[in-house]
Amino acid sequence: MAEISIRNVTKTYGKTTIMQGVNLDIHNGEFVVILGPSGCGKSTLLRLIAGLEDITAGEVLIAGEVVNQLEPRERGCAMVFQNYALYPHMTVAENIGYALKVAGLPKVERQSRVEATAKSVGLTDFLDRKPGQLSGGQRQRVAMARAIIRSPKVFLFDEPLSNLDAQLRVQMRHEIRRIHNQIKATSVFVTHDQHEGMTLADRLVVMNKGTIEQVGSPAKIYDNPASIYVAGFIGSPAMNFLPGHISVALRGVVLESGRLVPLASQPNLPDGHLVHLGIRPEHATLVRAGAGTIDAQVDMIEELGASRLCNLLFEDIPICVLTEERPDLAAGATVGLDFPPQRIHLFDAVTGRRIPNDLALVFEKREQPISV
Amino acid sequence: MIERTPVLNFATHAILIFGLVIILVPIWLAFVAATQTLQAVNSAPVEFWPGDQLLVNLAEAWALSDFGPKFVNTLIVATGVVIGKITLACITAFALVFFNFRGRVLIFWMIFITLMLPLEVRIVPTYAVAANALTPFQTIMDWTGISWLIKAVSGVEVALEWNLLNSYTGLILPLVATATGTFLYRQFFLTIPDELVEAARMDGAGPLRFLWDILIPLSKTNIAALATIMFVYAWNQYLWPLLVVTDRANYGMVVVQLSDLVPDQLTTGGGTPTWHLAMAATLVVMLPPIAIVILMQRWFIRGLINTDK
Ligand SMILES: Nc1ncnc2c1ncn2[C@@H]1O[C@H](COP(=O)(O)OP(=O)(O)O)[C@@H](O)[C@H]1O
Ligand SMILES: [Mg+2]
Repeated sequence: MAEISIRNVTKTYGKTTIMQGVNLDIHNGEFVVILGPSGCGKSTLLRLIAGLEDITAGEVLIAGEVVNQLEPRERGCAMVFQNYALYPHMTVAENIGYALKVAGLPKVERQSRVEATAKSVGLTDFLDRKPGQLSGGQRQRVAMARAIIRSPKVFLFDEPLSNLDAQLRVQMRHEIRRIHNQIKATSVFVTHDQHEGMTLADRLVVMNKGTIEQVGSPAKIYDNPASIYVAGFIGSPAMNFLPGHISVALRGVVLESGRLVPLASQPNLPDGHLVHLGIRPEHATLVRAGAGTIDAQVDMIEELGASRLCNLLFEDIPICVLTEERPDLAAGATVGLDFPPQRIHLFDAVTGRRIPNDLALVFEKREQPISV
Repeated sequence: MIERTPVLNFATHAILIFGLVIILVPIWLAFVAATQTLQAVNSAPVEFWPGDQLLVNLAEAWALSDFGPKFVNTLIVATGVVIGKITLACITAFALVFFNFRGRVLIFWMIFITLMLPLEVRIVPTYAVAANALTPFQTIMDWTGISWLIKAVSGVEVALEWNLLNSYTGLILPLVATATGTFLYRQFFLTIPDELVEAARMDGAGPLRFLWDILIPLSKTNIAALATIMFVYAWNQYLWPLLVVTDRANYGMVVVQLSDLVPDQLTTGGGTPTWHLAMAATLVVMLPPIAIVILMQRWFIRGLINTDK
């Protein structure tokens, strides 16, 4: 049974609808990441679950119970906020134990639980300090401890790492995942950072303008993005798109310049259907000029150490290729690009949805465990 | 804008010292006068150095004004006003900032507008209410015909009466409403991040718990600032105590007592004006507000500039 069910939830502020008919099931013990650009309604969705916002229409269920009318404290959720939201006048120990104090737990029990929780996040030496005397990472730990101590049914995280520096962010990310693996509480984690989302998630929910675009494991979403939007959002650097139309006779996509890109199989579409062809930078390969699917001009090469980012121009369309080779290319030179047919994604130019072809089959095979 | 040039430094110091002198000279003159004999204080030219009669004058002024019980009265009233103002301002601002109810903005502006109506402007109606605090209710009942109905049914004439004249309640209550305090609190509450409010909700704290456990501790410096200002304000009240207290022996306040010592044609009856006593009493009356300001100044300044670290 799903721990959290979101059923046809709509949220409006006055006349503006910012969330429309959202459906989502989150299973018991799962770590779900809600991913989307700033302003797409991620926080709102989280706050609807927490009970910090009223639900305009639809239902939210937690552990099978409709919680629309319940106060946040009655929903059994704990939340970690972006700016930590620690009580500035309380010590770390008081911050961590405040929920228990409100719940009326006797002082002795409270103290022992605060100490145990502080120990689990490495805060034992800081219990008497005020939040103002802690570093960003330590404050983040206090915020975590404050959530953990309540042993909630559900953990809610609203971009909790975005105020940390890059190194600390990775460290806290691992720590959050480690804590989750230990206590296995259902977790919903909101972020706009796809690295964070991909690495943390059991299941990823990609949002766009108040709707859910796709739900699935990070690998599945990477391999089979359901729309142009998801394809462009997931993966870094972003997928390249080339407009064109289907040619049944030539078994491929004819680009606007007239070049033909052959496909692995014939999609079930009429001749001339407008599409966007998508290819990830890490899947296109550089070849000799004239030897590949298309030719392009070198604009700029960015050295990343382990690999290189080649920014090319094809008929004024920028194309990015990630390669581990070290080609000797000067700006303005012409190179060939090869698009392996199995790696090509097709999207309907009008609806933006993915056009299914046998790619799905190819990649499901790839997902099988490798037997040696 | 911070600039440091010798000329500017000199100019700012000169202005500061000039202001200080303007403020201190009258106080110094009062002090000097309080140390003179009756003859010395009335002889020209004005003395600029203290004499040796300070203690004698203080004792005489104290006895003449019956300051002992009057200080107690004033302390009670000033403390009552401070507590009342702080409590009222705090819960009003709490409701205005953290609750979403119909007419919230209207109510805020109505409170704000009363800033323009100090007690002095509305003193006549306030006096009428103090003479019988139930007048408004009586009026409502008369207008709506409830009084008539009760009289018709039970034969009892409805005449509500609650006289606040000559009481601490009458002295305190009309001074308790404070737009300034409400405004100060509101501005502070608006700086509390939403996340903090939400964290408290997630932790299970209801509104009152939140007010008590989080808002009030966080607004300590504001409370101190408000308390200081309001204590001085209440201590210096003159017009209202003069009106509302006719039983001066029991409910007299120090500032009103002080005004009695100020010599005029009526009090001296053509005799030599006793400025030395008036000034000695002034010094005494000034002390508590000064003490409070000195005691609270550290908090006070932090509360007004609103930066807690
Ligand atoms: N209280 C509010 N009143 C009106 N609009 C709001 C309110 N809160 C959020 N919004 C709008 O809802 C949209 C989604 O906000 P949010 O959920 O915070 O986005 P995200 O967390 O994905 O950045 C934004 O366009 C924002 O302007
Ligand atoms: Mg957000």
